[in-house]
Amino acid sequence: MKSSRLAKQEVDEMLALEHGLTADEYRSVQAHLGRVPTIEELGVFSVMWSEHCSYKSSRFHLRKLPTEGPRVLQGPGENAGGIDIGGGMAAIFKIESHNHPSYIEPYQGAATGVGGILRDIFTMGARPVANMNSLRFGAADHEKTPFLLGGVVAGIGGYGNSVGVATVGGEVCFDSAYNGNILVNAFTLGVVARDAIFRARASGHGNPVLYVGSKTGRDGIHGASLLASSEFKEESEQMKPTVQVGDPFTENVLIEALLEAMRSDDLVAVQDMGAAGLTSSTVEMASRGDVGIRLDLDCIPLRDPTLTPYEMLLSESQERMVLVVRRGSESRVGAVFARWGLDCTVVGEVTEAQVFRADHRGRTVVAIPVKALTDDAPVYERPMRMPVRAADLGRYGEALDFRALAEPKDLARELLDLVGSPNLCSRRWVYEQYDSFVGGNTLAHPGSDAAVVRVRETGGALAMTTDCNSRYCALDPYAGTQHAVAEAVRNLACTGARAAALSDCLNFGNPEKPEVMWELVRSIEGMAAACAVFGTPVISGNVSLYNDTLGSSIPPTPVVAMVGIVEDAQRIARAGISSAGMTLVLIGGGRPQLEGSEYLALRYDLRGDRPPVVDLHGEKAMGDLCVTLIENGICHVAHDVSDGGIAITLTEMCLEGSGIGCSVDLQPLDRADVALFGESGCRIVLALDLSVVAEAERRASAAGVPFRVIGTTGGDRLQIKVGTPSASGATQVDIALRDLRERREATLPAIAAGTWGRQAHAA
Amino acid sequence: MKWGVVLFPGSNDDRDTLYAIGDVLGHAVEPLWHGDADLKGADAVVLPGGFAYGDYLRCGALARFAAVMEPLKRFAADGGPVLGTCNGFQILCEAGLLPGALVRNRSLRFICRRERIRVESTATAFSCLALAGSSLEIPVKHGEGCYVASDSTLAELERERRVVFRYADGAPNGALHDIAGVANRAGNVVGLMPHPEHAVDPLLGSTDGQVLFRSAAKWLTSAERKAG
Amino acid sequence: MGFLARVYVTPKAAVLDPAGKAVASSLKTLGYGEVDEVRLGKYVEVRLQADGLGAAETRVREMCQRLLANEVIEEFRFDVEVDGQ
Repeated sequence: MKSSRLAKQEVDEMLALEHGLTADEYRSVQAHLGRVPTIEELGVFSVMWSEHCSYKSSRFHLRKLPTEGPRVLQGPGENAGGIDIGGGMAAIFKIESHNHPSYIEPYQGAATGVGGILRDIFTMGARPVANMNSLRFGAADHEKTPFLLGGVVAGIGGYGNSVGVATVGGEVCFDSAYNGNILVNAFTLGVVARDAIFRARASGHGNPVLYVGSKTGRDGIHGASLLASSEFKEESEQMKPTVQVGDPFTENVLIEALLEAMRSDDLVAVQDMGAAGLTSSTVEMASRGDVGIRLDLDCIPLRDPTLTPYEMLLSESQERMVLVVRRGSESRVGAVFARWGLDCTVVGEVTEAQVFRADHRGRTVVAIPVKALTDDAPVYERPMRMPVRAADLGRYGEALDFRALAEPKDLARELLDLVGSPNLCSRRWVYEQYDSFVGGNTLAHPGSDAAVVRVRETGGALAMTTDCNSRYCALDPYAGTQHAVAEAVRNLACTGARAAALSDCLNFGNPEKPEVMWELVRSIEGMAAACAVFGTPVISGNVSLYNDTLGSSIPPTPVVAMVGIVEDAQRIARAGISSAGMTLVLIGGGRPQLEGSEYLALRYDLRGDRPPVVDLHGEKAMGDLCVTLIENGICHVAHDVSDGGIAITLTEMCLEGSGIGCSVDLQPLDRADVALFGESGCRIVLALDLSVVAEAERRASAAGVPFRVIGTTGGDRLQIKVGTPSASGATQVDIALRDLRERREATLPAIAAGTWGRQAHAA
Repeated sequence: MKWGVVLFPGSNDDRDTLYAIGDVLGHAVEPLWHGDADLKGADAVVLPGGFAYGDYLRCGALARFAAVMEPLKRFAADGGPVLGTCNGFQILCEAGLLPGALVRNRSLRFICRRERIRVESTATAFSCLALAGSSLEIPVKHGEGCYVASDSTLAELERERRVVFRYADGAPNGALHDIAGVANRAGNVVGLMPHPEHAVDPLLGSTDGQVLFRSAAKWLTSAERKAG
Repeated sequence: MGFLARVYVTPKAAVLDPAGKAVASSLKTLGYGEVDEVRLGKYVEVRLQADGLGAAETRVREMCQRLLANEVIEEFRFDVEVDGQ
């Protein structure tokens, strides 16, 4: 369906279906207009009513999420959410997906994903200060993985580094479930004075609408309606021209120019042109302000003079913003942008009539009631059905038969294999491609439990993390999503931050399948319940559906991006052991199990039938205790237990610090491997000075949090004893840190080079 | 003494440099707009890191023609201290104020990490207070940091002891002779790939970068003494 | 008169070209074992006004020396023709 040929075509139901609308939706379009739409109007409806823009499958259920709280300055409904962080300042943040374009063209897909989320933040007047990303690729030895991994990481770095915003954290996972659908979720956080937040609410009849930034070309037309709102099929490869190309240099100057222009009183509303470009940005601004907008398409700055009105309306060319300014201030505002070398053109005006109107060469090509495209867009309560067995969806769901799982003889070797496995190895190869220093405020760099960025204006800091264990979510979307929220809170607590609010990116399969719809709804419900316990409202987010290939859906992957507040930037904790002679303590009552664990999958190729037990109140009490110990200067080293179990936690504490080892005694369990590698929530390991252990224990007891001394730091080896009766009662794991480090660092470079899992051939 | 930090469109580390010099070290400092041929009476000038003009064509290739570069060249010729960090180093080489060139990292990947660099020469405006042979921990973050020059230029730099900093653990980017930073003959113009402005604040980690900025102050007072 | 200059900028032989090596390696992996070497450079088109071919060539050479090529690490060659556009 070549966009340039469309102008001549008759509009009919066939064409509407090709545009991604259903027959019912097309009938509804005609009802709204009272006539057959023009081709341009058909294009507008198809993008505004697409899943990506309208959230028609999820809106009904997203209402279940808690979005309010004492700190919330802006909840969902604007370009991003905002919370009060004290000292007169606010944090604006959001996470967003760019999954489908990244699979087609990984570098540009990821780069423009970063560009898009940055714009959502600075459009609200906040200078972006930190980026994170959550990436999911197919199996580590899948033939496309090196290409996708290399392209996505290079794209994120290429864009983020050039724009000049530090990339401070994130996660990378490999799982064959994503072989046909990789996930690229990008997060940005910005800081602004709480009374200087800009909103995208057009107002003032007759106020001019200004276009700022790069010229418009044919990039990404129908990216929203076709790429992001439907499954991948064989023809998807041909969609290469649908992927946009980003220019971080233009974005860099756009940020400077816009923040400068915002200091005056001339700007009324600001919105970036993202998915569905000029159309969605102007329509959304008009809708929020209960006004209309009239565009003069003859004024749009074009890269190519042959662009049709259809193409101008739907183009997703990057690095463009739309502004509504006070009448009479056009030249003043324009001068600011001109100084930075950017185009600024009047392209329309705000109208009283709530109509979205676009004229081209004397002809009105679009005249649609604004609300028809936004509030009155279709909302679907799609049918959902719990899978009869988790195996219905290709999920796991077999109960474990422990008698069939032979216990490993050499636990040290199991640990080495685990530490060198794709999901537990060092991510250095990835994060050394990101500038994490720019801005001069990074207190905790990638590799930490959570990234921590100082806020000079308040003397405090903000901690942030992205988390999701999709294996848990596949086993039970409700509990699995609660684990994602709990893990995020835990990660923040380990740095000394109290969780404040979150942004969610819900990555799911085709919502027209009742089982997928069930997963989405259960996930949202689980998140709502967890947020209520932790007091962390959802202030922004994104839903990415149709992550299917050839009929097969991804597992539910609700990524939680959570932000926490550190009162005093001088009081944060790190994961690495800093000196010998410290006491290692385990807090929290989590009980390890093999079901759903990385170890079970790696060693036995099994998943089990349920994720670990969730104890939200236990997590809250433990997290609060951890933060209190750090705030009071009692604790400076903390790391939580998650994937891979406590053995991995201890390994990371040794390797991320000054190269100091430890010696630990774990509580006896039926099997040693369960004790070492079993996973659970609700466990954090602290390294404390001997002199403060008693005080810490007193506070734990008062808070009702289990507290147990498990060992000491020192030496250059990792030694873990598990109290099961073994053949000789000797230490079960005793490895040199040097060996652990070597295994841990070797894996990701090999995956990137395409040699992982091929050692057999190489040897 | 007053510092000037040049701001090009696309510079990223200018604000961090202003903060490091002004807030952390307490010196007077002011931004210098690329389009104005005016150093505003600065006693020392920094060309900061970033992606000036998008690094189009080659890193620093377009920036060297900015209006501010004319007075800067005269300032350097007159012995004024000029420090180029990362992109700034690239611009100084493109402008001919320093020999050699910076090309793409050998690995073809951007690299960001803490590096140890060894002080090879204390005969420059930005290393005169450092201890010869000492090791400084300063972060690098670049995609085009591989220093190259002709054999004769390299020989000359070594002979004249104009290699100011060398990567102590081997160049992470393939730079010839593990060169991290070089100086002009007079020692007043220095360029280096690592980022001293990211190693001045004790809360963030290493403060080894402070000595580069303090050295310039010392250099100026000695210069005054010599002149006076 | 309108002229079109095609400028080819390539890394000097003495300069290491890891990007070229990576591309050569990929070509070999794709089955083109006959490839000996690859060097990556830049191609620039400049459309300009000049009184004559000689004048255009002189100006283009200056452009190359002053901006389009960094003679420390690159070499250039070009051809100029009357612009058909």
